[in-house]
Amino acid sequence: MTDLRTKYLSLIAEAQDAAVLEDLRVQAVGKKGEISLQMRELGKMTPEQRQEAGPMLNALKNEINSALAAKKEALEDAVLNERLRTEWLDVTLPSRGRPAGTLHPISQVWEEVTAIFADMGFSVAEGPQIESDWYNFDALNIPGHHPARAEMDTFYTHRAEGDDRPPHVLRTHTSPVQIRSMEANGAPIRVICPGRVYRADYDQTHTPMFHQVEGLALDKNISMANLKWVLEEFVKAFFEVDDVELRFRASHFPFTEPSAEVDIRCSWEGGTLKVGEGDDWLEILGSGMVHPKVIAAGGIDPDVYQGFAFGVGIDRIAMLKYGIPDLRAFFDSDLRWLRHYGFASLDQPNLAGGLTR
Amino acid sequence: MKFTLSWLKSHLQTDASVDEIADALTDLGLEVEGIENPIEKLRPFTIGYVNSAVKHPDADKLRVCQVQTDEGEKQIICGAPNAREGITVVVAKPGVYVPGIDTTIGVGKIRGIESFGMMASEREMELSDEHDGIIELPSGEIGQSFADYLAEHDPAKVDPVIEIAITPNRPDALGVSGIARDLAARGLGTLKARDVTAVPENGASAIGVSIDDDTLDGCPVFCGRLIKGVKNGPSPQWLQDQLRAIGLRPISFLVDVTNWFTYDLNRPLHVFDADKLAGNLRVHRAIGGEEIVALDDKTYTLSVGQMAISDDNGVQSIAGIMGGLETGCTDETVNVFVESAYWNPVQIAYAGRALKINSDARYRFERGIDPAFTPEGLEHAVRMIVDHAGGEASEVVTAGAVPDTARAYKLDTDRVVSLVGMEIPAQTQRQTLTDLGFVLDGDQANVPSWRPDVQGEADLVEEVARIASLTKLVGKPLPRMAGIAKPVLTPMQKRLTTARRTTAALGYNEAVTYSFIDQKAAELFGGGTDATMLANPISSEMSHMRPNLLPGLLQAAARNQARGFMDVSLFEAGPAWHGGEPGEQHDQVAGILVGRTGPKDVHGEMRPVDVYDVKADIEAVLASMGAPAKVQILRGGSDWWHPGRHGQICLGPKKVLGVFGELHPKILAAMGVKGPAMAFTIFPAEIPLPRKSSATRPALKATDLQAVERDFAFVVDADVEALTLVNAAAGADKALISDVRVFDEFIGGSLGEGRKSLAITVRLQPRDATLTEKDIEAVGAKIIEKVNKATGGELRG
Repeated sequence: MTDLRTKYLSLIAEAQDAAVLEDLRVQAVGKKGEISLQMRELGKMTPEQRQEAGPMLNALKNEINSALAAKKEALEDAVLNERLRTEWLDVTLPSRGRPAGTLHPISQVWEEVTAIFADMGFSVAEGPQIESDWYNFDALNIPGHHPARAEMDTFYTHRAEGDDRPPHVLRTHTSPVQIRSMEANGAPIRVICPGRVYRADYDQTHTPMFHQVEGLALDKNISMANLKWVLEEFVKAFFEVDDVELRFRASHFPFTEPSAEVDIRCSWEGGTLKVGEGDDWLEILGSGMVHPKVIAAGGIDPDVYQGFAFGVGIDRIAMLKYGIPDLRAFFDSDLRWLRHYGFASLDQPNLAGGLTR
Repeated sequence: MKFTLSWLKSHLQTDASVDEIADALTDLGLEVEGIENPIEKLRPFTIGYVNSAVKHPDADKLRVCQVQTDEGEKQIICGAPNAREGITVVVAKPGVYVPGIDTTIGVGKIRGIESFGMMASEREMELSDEHDGIIELPSGEIGQSFADYLAEHDPAKVDPVIEIAITPNRPDALGVSGIARDLAARGLGTLKARDVTAVPENGASAIGVSIDDDTLDGCPVFCGRLIKGVKNGPSPQWLQDQLRAIGLRPISFLVDVTNWFTYDLNRPLHVFDADKLAGNLRVHRAIGGEEIVALDDKTYTLSVGQMAISDDNGVQSIAGIMGGLETGCTDETVNVFVESAYWNPVQIAYAGRALKINSDARYRFERGIDPAFTPEGLEHAVRMIVDHAGGEASEVVTAGAVPDTARAYKLDTDRVVSLVGMEIPAQTQRQTLTDLGFVLDGDQANVPSWRPDVQGEADLVEEVARIASLTKLVGKPLPRMAGIAKPVLTPMQKRLTTARRTTAALGYNEAVTYSFIDQKAAELFGGGTDATMLANPISSEMSHMRPNLLPGLLQAAARNQARGFMDVSLFEAGPAWHGGEPGEQHDQVAGILVGRTGPKDVHGEMRPVDVYDVKADIEAVLASMGAPAKVQILRGGSDWWHPGRHGQICLGPKKVLGVFGELHPKILAAMGVKGPAMAFTIFPAEIPLPRKSSATRPALKATDLQAVERDFAFVVDADVEALTLVNAAAGADKALISDVRVFDEFIGGSLGEGRKSLAITVRLQPRDATLTEKDIEAVGAKIIEKVNKATGGELRG
């Protein structure tokens, strides 16, 4: 039996391929193999002999089987390794194309602004961009002769011969949406109104179309100090700084009283804007307490409700935050610009994860 | 609005510095746009003395001067004709920047001789246009700063000029006196009263004035005075200096007086040469067509109703806007008629806009000057004219009467605190208004006549707040809504946001293009009509509101192709217009794929874009927006699509959710885009909102029973649409058939002209028991029958 063991283990070890191995299996443990034949002999033995030879034969058979299996796997591995060795690819070749699109900075900033104001309880309202002059001007306390009308470089729509109505305008600001929101919802109200606005002006820093977001909050005791807080919180959250100093300067807008222009403290080092530090002031928005006439135009009693409104340029704060130099390029659709200043589709701003990646 | 510091100080007793004044002005709402302080740029110039001057050996016009400076004697080569020994001069040493020639002085050689600086003329230091020679000073110590010397001896030359922006509500700040009043109320000094001793009336005026009844609402009051025997000529130096400092050109004394009072007291005036007037003056409305050559040398034609001042010969002045050239004052004028009138702001605004005249007078009258000051303003002007130019003044001629602007509003000091959110004591509030000229009577604040902008209680709040200083305002938290912030976006807003992000994820770059396009492009896409036309576009490229987003995207693609980027995928989500009334606008999401799927690549996958690329994209975007999966695809879309290669994704024939396909080659040619170009347009508002609001999903019905797939190939006419066949097959047993997919299309060949084969895989998913061969055969037969009935297709042999 020892001879058998030595013989087969060495043959198995020497086997060069699967066929030889299979022959050995048949010779050793096949139905008519040497070990199988010996096991048949067990029946002829005395119980004592059987007691001794049985387990030994079984052990031998198991050992041979294990050796066969191990050798089989080793041979297969060798074949596989040989195949893999030939399957070499140049992994520095370019990957398959997978186009990556981008979101426009205006869309991104729209979502950032929305996320911040939603947290403060502001909903989002939109309105028509061709507006009646009542919504764009009169309701906002800008009567026909008001110099602001001329200063706003308003676009007017064509009127057919014989149509004596005053021409409609392309809204010069998103403020008409304030009026429409007040009409639709009454007070108290907290709403922001983002969207396209139009002024007949085109030069280095002006485009005939740009984007604004208007904010409106009315309640029974909202003050200008609340306005300042809201804007401070907004600026901190938007520019992602811990602290910021805002300066209110008295100004005039027909639709607010008192009115203030708002500057933020900043520095321009090497042409890069840093918000919250430095000795410069940057004008970023106009604001004020909603004029009683405007509240009344929205169908709300100005003796009961008071509140604030403000307007920010979306393109402008996008330029400031992301260091985009030229407003005109926003609307040029140059692929190089869109890819460089655009945002990945999954960069969705939210307050939990931060507005920017 | 520009003024100088000394001019301001003629109205305001103050020790405040220029910077303090500037900060206060900005905070008060009179935003400082610039301060020009000449002393700053003059500071490095010092005074020197020419010890000797000899002719340059190699140049006839140059002199070699030895100049005593604070740094000892310096050699300076000078070409000025008056450079000579014994004069006191102004020296710019090496390193000094000379503003008038925009140069920093260095050490140099002039014709071989070294020069260590420069002696300056007035023009070189931007003090005047004087450049006949270098400055010769009558006094001055060697080494003294020239800036200090000027401040002491000729302060007008170094008077800081402050320029502020005036918001339309503050006509009172269009005079230096009004600016001083604001600063005094802020506590920066004391307002100086500017009283006038009236010139005694000497006889009747040869020129009378009348206002037509129908013009009294536009000109309630007109005052005038004839001064005989004046001697016109150049204005006194101080007046010329002040006018020049704010950028006005001195003309002659009489004219300068009117300009000066316009800025000093916000009192525009006009002076007629009385000898050129015929008869009396009449303020009236134009009948239309009257012509006048105005002081700007241009001829204007008046329209019906515009106000004019005429004599017996016709119109001599465009009322409140600009006087006439013919009757204007010249150096030869000896008899002058001075006009001080009040014109209605609205009427001046409309007339000024219609005539397109921008004058200082129009600017002030349309914002509203102080009507009550009309007679007094005349007295100021007459006093100044008589004092300087002599002459005898007639009685005052007045037509109409000063309009009553008296009104009072309640000062609710508690409401002020509530609105501003700042504790301003009631007494301070009252004092502020008093300082601004309001007269308080109990809680009623009587508005001064120079504040036409104050029209209600809210305006009182603004006055109190801005004088108290909004810079000092401290933010107070706006109460938050209880609990976690609720979602705020509407379903449409969410839908557009999702559409943007999905489309970007599919590889498109988002563009934002102008809402207005050129008429030709608009017409190609069903727009360009008068209803959506702008009356005053800034260019013909931007004349019409876009009917569709595709033309803007195609123009963008063409621009990119011109830059060498031939493969373009762009999208935009935004408004388009189907009419010119408010609300005749709808949102679209549109994308274009132009050129090839990508750059040449090693994997050989690059190919021209095709209809099935955009179809995949529009399906993905629609799905993300919540559109139902089961839709119809109909042809018959608009003209800009390739007639055979587009589909409208519909819920019924009238409910079009979106369109996809290849763009018509003629459109591409017209827009200058090199194709092929595929596009899609989605109409987000057409997608039905989900019916239920619950987040709960229906239970998953998965079964362990084996699904079976069977393939069928049908031969049909080439124009049979795959979806018809698929729907027919799926309808054979809706419970059992879980999916039908087309996996092969073969056109023509052995099938013959006009025939094609469509191969489908049908997946059968049993729910109750494993399918037997018999079951499968039965379904197969049903499928063949249904397909045959729907398409005429036969099983391919």
